[in-house]
Amino acid sequence: MEYEIVIGLEVHAELATQTKIFCNCTTQFGGDPNTHCCPVCLGFPGILPILNQKVVEYGVKAGLALNCTINPYSVMARKHYFYPDLPKAFQISQYDQPLCSGGYVEIGQGENRKQVRLNRIHIEEDAGKLVHEGFMTKMDANRCGVPLIEIVTEPDLRGAEEAKEFLETLRLTLLYMGVSDCRMEEGSMRCDVNISLRPLGQEEFGTRTEMKNLNSFRSVVRAIEYESARQKKLLEQGQEIVQETLHWDDATGMSSSMRSKEEANDYLYLPEPDILPVTVTEEEISAIKDTMPELPSVKKQKYAQAGLNEKEIDVLLANPVFNAFYEDVLAQNGNAKLCANWVLGGISRILNEKELDASAIPFRGSRLAALMQMEEKKEISHNMAERILNIMFDEDKEPQQIAKDHGFQMVNDDSQLRELCQKAMADNPNAVADYKAGKTKAISVLVGKVMAATKGMAPGAEVIKILTELLQQA
Amino acid sequence: MELYEYKAHQLQKMLAQKEISSVELTKAVLNRLREKEEDVEAYITVTEEIALAQANASDQKRMAGEKMGPLAGIPFAVKDNICTKDIRTTCGSHILEPYYPPYQATAFAKMQKEGAVLLGKTNMDEFGMGSSTETSYYKKTKNPCSLDRVPGGSSGGSAAAVAAQEAIFALGSDTGGSIRQPASFCGVVGIKPTYGLVSRFGLVAFASSFDQIGPLGQDVQDCATVLTALAGKDEKDETTVESGGKDYTKALTNGIRGMRVGLPKEYFGPGISEEVKAAVLKAAKVLEYLGANVEELSLPDTEYALPAYYLISSAEASSNLARYDGIRYGFRAENCKDLQDVYFKTRSEGFGDEVKRRIMLGTFALSAGYYDAYYGRAQKARVQIRNQYQKAFGQYDLLLTPVSPMTAWKFGEKSANPLEMYTADICTVGVNIAGLCAISLPCGQDKDGLPIGAQIIGPPLGEEKIIQAAYALEKALEGGGK
Repeated sequence: MEYEIVIGLEVHAELATQTKIFCNCTTQFGGDPNTHCCPVCLGFPGILPILNQKVVEYGVKAGLALNCTINPYSVMARKHYFYPDLPKAFQISQYDQPLCSGGYVEIGQGENRKQVRLNRIHIEEDAGKLVHEGFMTKMDANRCGVPLIEIVTEPDLRGAEEAKEFLETLRLTLLYMGVSDCRMEEGSMRCDVNISLRPLGQEEFGTRTEMKNLNSFRSVVRAIEYESARQKKLLEQGQEIVQETLHWDDATGMSSSMRSKEEANDYLYLPEPDILPVTVTEEEISAIKDTMPELPSVKKQKYAQAGLNEKEIDVLLANPVFNAFYEDVLAQNGNAKLCANWVLGGISRILNEKELDASAIPFRGSRLAALMQMEEKKEISHNMAERILNIMFDEDKEPQQIAKDHGFQMVNDDSQLRELCQKAMADNPNAVADYKAGKTKAISVLVGKVMAATKGMAPGAEVIKILTELLQQA
Repeated sequence: MELYEYKAHQLQKMLAQKEISSVELTKAVLNRLREKEEDVEAYITVTEEIALAQANASDQKRMAGEKMGPLAGIPFAVKDNICTKDIRTTCGSHILEPYYPPYQATAFAKMQKEGAVLLGKTNMDEFGMGSSTETSYYKKTKNPCSLDRVPGGSSGGSAAAVAAQEAIFALGSDTGGSIRQPASFCGVVGIKPTYGLVSRFGLVAFASSFDQIGPLGQDVQDCATVLTALAGKDEKDETTVESGGKDYTKALTNGIRGMRVGLPKEYFGPGISEEVKAAVLKAAKVLEYLGANVEELSLPDTEYALPAYYLISSAEASSNLARYDGIRYGFRAENCKDLQDVYFKTRSEGFGDEVKRRIMLGTFALSAGYYDAYYGRAQKARVQIRNQYQKAFGQYDLLLTPVSPMTAWKFGEKSANPLEMYTADICTVGVNIAGLCAISLPCGQDKDGLPIGAQIIGPPLGEEKIIQAAYALEKALEGGGK
C-alpha cells in the first residue's frame, strides 16, 4: 500500500532582542555560566516579571511577515513542569490566547507551489541549560528568560523535502525581519516534528509521534526519513503506531522513546497573574509594518525577473548583511546581473580568502559601484578593477584614489599607444617577421612588450587592434 | 506612660520637638519586645542591631536639620514574607530555611526611605496559608489579649506585635483576610488596600491575583500614614496602578454626613456569632448617628466567594510554590538518590500539612479534565462577584460588615478541621476576590473581653472613603466608651 507522510512542525526561534523577556539581563550567547542572570530570570521568591515590549514587537513583526492575524488581546500563561533548568518550575508562555493566529508560508515552485498553514505564533521564555560532566550535572541559567517565539504549523507538510524547504523559507523570513538570527548550531532555532502516515487517498490522519532534539536542517530530514520508514514498516506488518514522544540521536541516526501518551505531562496551564494581558493596537501594528524590510520572497521574484539564476539568487539571499550590500550596489548601478557578478565573484572570493563574513566588508556598496563605473568608462581594465578591489579591503579610500596612488591609470591616449606599438615592433623584428610569415600568434609577443612597457596599463583589445593595423602596413 | 505605648503620630511630634530620640524610643520598644516575646512570640527574627543603627542614623539626620517624614525614627515590624535584603526571610516555612534575599521588597524599601526603624520579621502562617498563625513552622504566636488564644492569621505576628506594643506599627499582607482578621482578633487597626495600590515586588507570592501588602497600627491615623508611604505605581510590578500620590491622612478630618452605608445581610446571617453581629450593628448605629444613611442590602452571590477564593488561591499557590524544589536555595532534603527523590523528599519534608493540602487542591483544580469544572467556574464566579460589588457601589459609598464570624479561638480548636478554619474567612475573602479595599477596626468586645472587629469596605481605590468613615467611627467609639 502507498502511504502519505503527514508532518506538522513546532519551531522555536530565539528573538534577537538585546535583553531578556522579563528582566534586563543580556541575551548574548556564550558568556561564562551563570553570568547573564539575576533574581528575576532565576525566579527567586517574591520576584515579578515585567514583559519586555520589544518581545511583543518582534512577535508581531514575525506574525506580519508570516501572514498571521495579530490578536489585539492575548494572555501570558504558566506552563508547569519540574526540571532543574526551569527555575520557577513553570515556563511563562501563552496558551489559549496567543499573540498571532493563522498565517501561512509559501513553498515550492510553479505547479508545486503551496501554502503551508500556520496554526499560531506565541511568545515565551526559554529555559536554562544543564551541562552533564561525568557524575555531575551543572546548571547554567544564562539562557533562562531569553525570549522565544513558537511557530506551530498545521499538518500540511508531506515529506522531508517540503519540511526542509518550509524551514529554510521560515528561517530566511525571520532572519530578514531581524527578529531572530536563526542559528541552529547555537540552538537559537529549534524544531520538533510531528509525523504520521496514512494510506494515500485517506482523509483521516494516522496516529502521530513527536520527534524532539533536532538541531539542524539535516537532522530534520534524516529524522523524518527514519521515522516515516519505521512507521511504514509497522503499518505494513499490521501493527499499531504508539502515540509517543521520541528523542532523536543524530550520532546514531536513530530515535528512542522519551514518554508515551499516558506519561505525557499535564502542564496545569494557568493564566499568568503577574503580567497584564498583552494588547496590540492597530496603530502599533501599522507602525511596525512601516519598519519592516522587504521580504525575501519578494526579493526572490525581483531577482528572477532580472535574469538571475536560482543558484545566484540563493547565495544572494542567504545572508541579510550580504544581501543589503548587494542591494546597495544595485541601487547605484542598476544592472542586476553585473552587480551579482561582482558581488558573487570579487567580493565573495575575497571574503573567502580572508575567512571573513559579509559584515566585515569595510566599505559601502557605493564604492564598489564607483569601481564598476571606472571599468565601464574604460579608465581601468577588469584586471585592474579586481586588483583595486583587493586593495579596497585594506585601504579606506575611494577606488579613484587607490588607482591614482597605485598608478592604475590606463594608457588611453591613441598616439601614445601607437608609439609604444611601433617601438615594440622595432625592438622585435623577429616577431614581426614571424607574423608576416603567417604565424599570427606572434602578435602576442608584441602585445606582451606593450603591456610590459605600460606595466599592464594598456587596454589589451586596443593594443591588438593597433598592432594588427601596423603589422599589415609594415 | 511608656514610650512604646504611644502611637506613631504622637511619637512623631515628640521626635520633631526633640523631646525624645529615636534611639531612646527604639530601646524602649526593644526592651518591651524582649519582655513580651517570652509569652507572645510574635517575631521570627529580631534585628536589634539593625534597629539601633537605623535609629541612630535617623537621630543624626534630625540633628543635621534634614527634613523628616512622619515615620522617620519610628520602630516597626515586617511580616516575614516581605523580602528584606540580606535579612532572613522565611515565610514561616521550613523550606525557606535558610533564605536571605539579595533584594529589597518595594514596600520595605519605601519604609526604609521614610526612615522607619526595622525591629524584625514577624511570625505568620506558612506562606500565608492559615487563619491563626498556627501553621508556622517556627512558633505559635499568642494573642496578647488572651494568651491561650490565637492571634488570627496569617499576619498574626504583625497584629500581635502591635497589640502587645512590641512594635509601633507593622506591615502585613492580605490574601483573603490576612491583615484584617488578625487585626480584629488582636484589637488593632489594619487596611487591605485595593489590589494594585501597593507594589507586590518582593512579597513572596501566595496567590498573586489577591495578595496585597498593607499596614497594621494602633489607630486609623497611623494606618493612613503608613498607607500613604506604601502606595504608588512600581515599575517592578506590572499590576500596580497609578493612584496619584494621595495623602490618605487628609481623609482623617472630614465628617461622614450624608455618606451612604450598606449593610449586606448575607454578612449577618447564620454562622456569625450574636455578639459579633451586635457589635457591628452598634457600629452601624453610630455611623447613622454621625449622619450616614445606613441601609440593608443583599449580595446574594456572597455564598460563592469562599469556594471561588479557595479554588483560585490554591491554584495560584500550587503554581507559585512549585519553585521550592531544593535545587537553588532554601532547604534541601538529605540522602536523595536521584532528581525525583530531591523533589519528593524536599517538598515532603519542607512544607507543612496546610501548604501541602493547598498545593494538592490547587493542582487538582488546574488538572486537564477538571480545569473547567473548578478553576474555570471559580473564575466565572469571581467575575460575577466583582460585578455584584460594582453594582452595590453604584448605590452605596461603603459597606459595613463583621471581619470575622467569631472572636479569637483557642489554640488547636479549629486545626483538626480545615474546612471549619476556611469558613472563618467568609467575611473577608469577597474583598480580595473583587479587588476592593477594606479596613478592619475594633468596635467592641465579647463577654470574655476579646476584641470584635468591624470591616468597612470601599470600592477600588476608595481608600480615602474607608479611612474617613473608620476615623469617624473610631473617634465616636472612643468618646462613647467601647
